[in-house]
Amino acid sequence: MASHAHAATTGHADGHDAHEHHHYTTTGLDHRKIAIWAFIGSECMLFASLISTYLIYKGKSLVGPFPHTEYVNEAGKVFKPILDIPVTSASTFVLLMSSLAMVLALQAVQLKGTPLAAGAGWWQRAERSSQLWLGMTALLGATFLGFQAYEFTSFVHEGLTIKTNLFGSTFFTLTGFHGAHVTVGVLWLMMLLWIDRTRGLGPKDELIVDICALYWHFVDVVWIAIFTLIYLIQ
Amino acid sequence: MATIAQPSHATHVGASAEQTGIWSWITTVDHKRIGTLYLWTALFFFLVGGLEAVMIRTQLMRPNMGFVSADTYNQLFTMHGTTMVFLAVMPLSAAFFNYLIPLQIGARDVAFPRLNAFSYWVYLFGGIFITLPILFQVAPDGGWFGYAPLTSNQFAPGPNIDFWVIGLQILGVSSLAAAFNFITTIINMRAPGMSLMRMPMFTWMSFVVQFLLILAFPPITVALFFLLMDRFFGTTFYAIAAGADPLLWQHLFWVFGHPEVYILILPAFGLVSEVLPTFSKKPLFGYNVMVYSGIMIGFLGFGVWAHHMFAVGMGPVADSIFSLMTMLIAVPTGVKIFNWIATMWAGEVRFTVPMKFAIALIGMFTIGGISGVMHSSPPADLQQTDTYFIVAHFHYVLFGGSIMGIFAGIYFYYPKMTGRFMNDGLGNLHFWLNFIGMNLTFFPMHFSGLYGMPRRIYQYDSGQGWDLFNMMSTYGTYLLVVATAVFVWNFIRSRSTGAIAGNDPWGAATLEWSIPSPPPEYNFAQIPEVTSRYPLWDLKDPKKTAGIDHSHADAMTITDAHAVPVHEETERHTAKELGIPMPFSTAKPLFTAFGMCTMFSGLLFLRNDMFAVAMTVTLTGAAMLIGGLISWFTAPLE
Repeated sequence: MASHAHAATTGHADGHDAHEHHHYTTTGLDHRKIAIWAFIGSECMLFASLISTYLIYKGKSLVGPFPHTEYVNEAGKVFKPILDIPVTSASTFVLLMSSLAMVLALQAVQLKGTPLAAGAGWWQRAERSSQLWLGMTALLGATFLGFQAYEFTSFVHEGLTIKTNLFGSTFFTLTGFHGAHVTVGVLWLMMLLWIDRTRGLGPKDELIVDICALYWHFVDVVWIAIFTLIYLIQ
Repeated sequence: MATIAQPSHATHVGASAEQTGIWSWITTVDHKRIGTLYLWTALFFFLVGGLEAVMIRTQLMRPNMGFVSADTYNQLFTMHGTTMVFLAVMPLSAAFFNYLIPLQIGARDVAFPRLNAFSYWVYLFGGIFITLPILFQVAPDGGWFGYAPLTSNQFAPGPNIDFWVIGLQILGVSSLAAAFNFITTIINMRAPGMSLMRMPMFTWMSFVVQFLLILAFPPITVALFFLLMDRFFGTTFYAIAAGADPLLWQHLFWVFGHPEVYILILPAFGLVSEVLPTFSKKPLFGYNVMVYSGIMIGFLGFGVWAHHMFAVGMGPVADSIFSLMTMLIAVPTGVKIFNWIATMWAGEVRFTVPMKFAIALIGMFTIGGISGVMHSSPPADLQQTDTYFIVAHFHYVLFGGSIMGIFAGIYFYYPKMTGRFMNDGLGNLHFWLNFIGMNLTFFPMHFSGLYGMPRRIYQYDSGQGWDLFNMMSTYGTYLLVVATAVFVWNFIRSRSTGAIAGNDPWGAATLEWSIPSPPPEYNFAQIPEVTSRYPLWDLKDPKKTAGIDHSHADAMTITDAHAVPVHEETERHTAKELGIPMPFSTAKPLFTAFGMCTMFSGLLFLRNDMFAVAMTVTLTGAAMLIGGLISWFTAPLE
C-alpha cells in the first residue's frame, strides 16, 4: 500500500475508482487489516469468558445427562455419556480442512493473472481457481454446521436441552456462539464467491480475502480449544 | 470501510462545514460533528443522571423522609449509576476521542467514518431505550452492577431488568465499534513523523482506553447474554437451585467493571495532561513515564477485579493477591500525580478556568485514591464495604477525577470547537460552586459511612449520628445543581456571545492548535510533518522546548513525500477548492443502528408471551440491520 501512498494535497474532486485509490497510512497497512486484528483480540476475550464459565461449571450439574459419565435418574432411566467423540472428531477434521482450503483460496487470488508454466498439470490449474477454493471452504464450513445441527438435535432427543442442567446451558451457549461465528464466516465466504463470480477477484482484492481468512482461521483455532477442553479432556 | 462493489462515479456531496440543518447532522460522518453530537447528548444524560441524584439526596435529607417510595428509590439509584457511567462519562470521553484524536495526530478523519456515525446512533438509541422506562416507573432497579441471581426472574420478575440487560447489550456494541475505530485510527493515521512517543498525552491515554474497551466489554457481554438467556429462555446460568455458582456474575461483571473504572478516568487524565503543560508553559514532566504508567494502569486494571468482592469470602489466598495487586496499581497512579505537580513546579502558572479544574482533579482524585488504598486491605474493606464510605471514595475519583477532568477539557477545547471562549466570570463561578458543592456533598459521606450508614437504603432512623452528614450532603447536591445551571447557561450562551478565539488561544503546543477554530471539515489543508512532541512551541517559542529530548521517530513511521513542516493554517477554504476528497454524508449508519436496536428490543415482548410480536419485531429489525449493512458496504465512502 505504501508504494501507492496518495498525495495528501493533490486531489480528485471528481469521482474515482476506490481500488486505485489508497490513502497514506502510518504503517503502510490497510485500515481494515488493523481493525480485524483488534476485533480478533476482542473475540478472544469473548470466547475466554464462555470457555471459563463452562470449565467453572464442569461437574457441577445436579441432574444429567452428563458429558462423559453415565447418569441414572430417579425413575431408573439410564442416560449414556452424551458426547459422541468419534462424530465430533470427524466434524473437527472437516473444519480443519476448511482452513487449508481457505489458505489455497487466498493463494489463488494472489496468483490470479500470473501465467501458467507450459505443461502445467491439473493441480497447478486447480491452484489458480479461487472460486473452487472459496466454494470448498464455504462447503466444509457448512458441513461442520450440519454436524453441529445433527449433534444438537440428537442431544435434545437424548434428553439434554439448554434448560436441563448447567452442562446443557453452558454447552449449547458456548458451541452455539461458535456455530454462529462459523455461520457468519460461511455467509462472508459466499459473498466473496459471489463477487468472484460476478467480477472476478484478483491480486488487488487480496486484502478482502485476507481479512476473511484471518477471521476464518481464528474461528477454527477457537474450535480446537473447544474440542480439546470440552470433548477430549474428561 | 470496505468498498467491495465498484463505486459509482456519483457527484461529490460530502458534508461541508457550511452545511446546516437537521439533515446534515443526521447524515454526518465528520468526526468533529459526531464528537459534538456525543458532547450534547452526553451532557443531556449528565443532567438526567444529576436529576436522579437530586431526588436520591432529597429522599435522604432527613431521617425517614417520604419523598419517593422504596421501589422508586431503587430505580433512581440504579439509573443514576447506569446513566452516569454508560450514558454520561463514557460518552463525554467519546466526545473528546472523536473530536481530538484525529486533530492531535494530524489526520483528516477517523479510519472508518461511517462506523463512527454508527457508534453514535447506537449510543443514542441505547440511551433512550434504557432511560425512557423511568418515566413509566419500570426502570431497572437492580443496581448499576445488576448482581445475578438477584436480577433473575425469581427475584426480579418485572420488565425492569429486561430494559437494563438489553440496553447495556446495545450500548456495548457502540463502545466496541468505536474502540476498533480509534485503535485503527491511532495506529494507522498518524501524520508523517508522529511516532508513538511523540503523540500528545490525551491521544496516548485514549489509546490505552480503547484496548481496555475491547478487552473488558466481551466479559460483560457474555454475563449479560447469560442473564438474558436465563430470563427469556429458562437456562440455568444463575439458577442456584440447579447448582449454579452465585459468584459467577460477580466475577464476570467485575472483570469488566474494574477496567471500566480506568476507562472512565484515563481520558480525564489525558485531558489534564494537555491543560497543565499549557498553563504552566512547560513541557509535561516525565512524558515517557506518563505513557508507561498509563499502560501499567491499563494492564494491572485487569488483575484487581475481586477487590470488589472481599466480602463474599473468597479465602485468604485470593484476598491477599487481589489486595496486593490493588495496592500495586496505586503506584503508577501516584506517579502521574507527582508528574503533574512537577509539571507545574517552577512553571509560569496561569490560573485559568480549565487550569483550576485540572488542579482540582489532582487534589480531589488524590483524596479518592487514598481512600481507595484504604479499602484495598481486606480487613479494612470488610468494615467499609457497602457503606457510604465507599460512596464517598468512588465519587471522589469519578466526580473529583473524571468530571473535573472533563470540565477542564470542555473549557479548554470549547474555543477550538466553537471559535469562541466560554465566559470567564461564569466559568470561575461554576468552578468554585462545583468545587465547594462537590466537597460538601461527598466529604460528609466518609463520616456517615464510618458511622455505619449502609448504601442503597431509602430511609434511616434518627439517632445514629447520620443526620447532620446527610443534611450536609443534600445541601451540597443542591449547590451542585446551581453550579451545573451556571455551566449550562455559559455553555449555551458563549456559542454566540463568547470572545472570538483564534487558532491557538491558550498558547498550546500540539497540532490541533495549528488550524483554525472551529476547524474546517478537512482539518488540515496540508498534512504536517511532525518532528517533536511540541511542534507549535518549537515553531513559536523554541526556548520553551530547548533541551527536551523529543524522541526519535519509530520504525513504523514512514514519510509521506507530500507532507509539509508544521505551520499555522489560517485560511479557510472548502474541501472542494483544495481538492480534498471527503466522505459522503449518509443516513445508512443511523438506519443500521436503528435496525439493530429494533432487533434487540423485540425480546421485550417475550416477557408477556407475545411470541409472534417478538419474532416480528426482531426479524424486522434484523432485516433492517442486514439491509443497512449491505447497502452501506456496497456504497463508496468518498
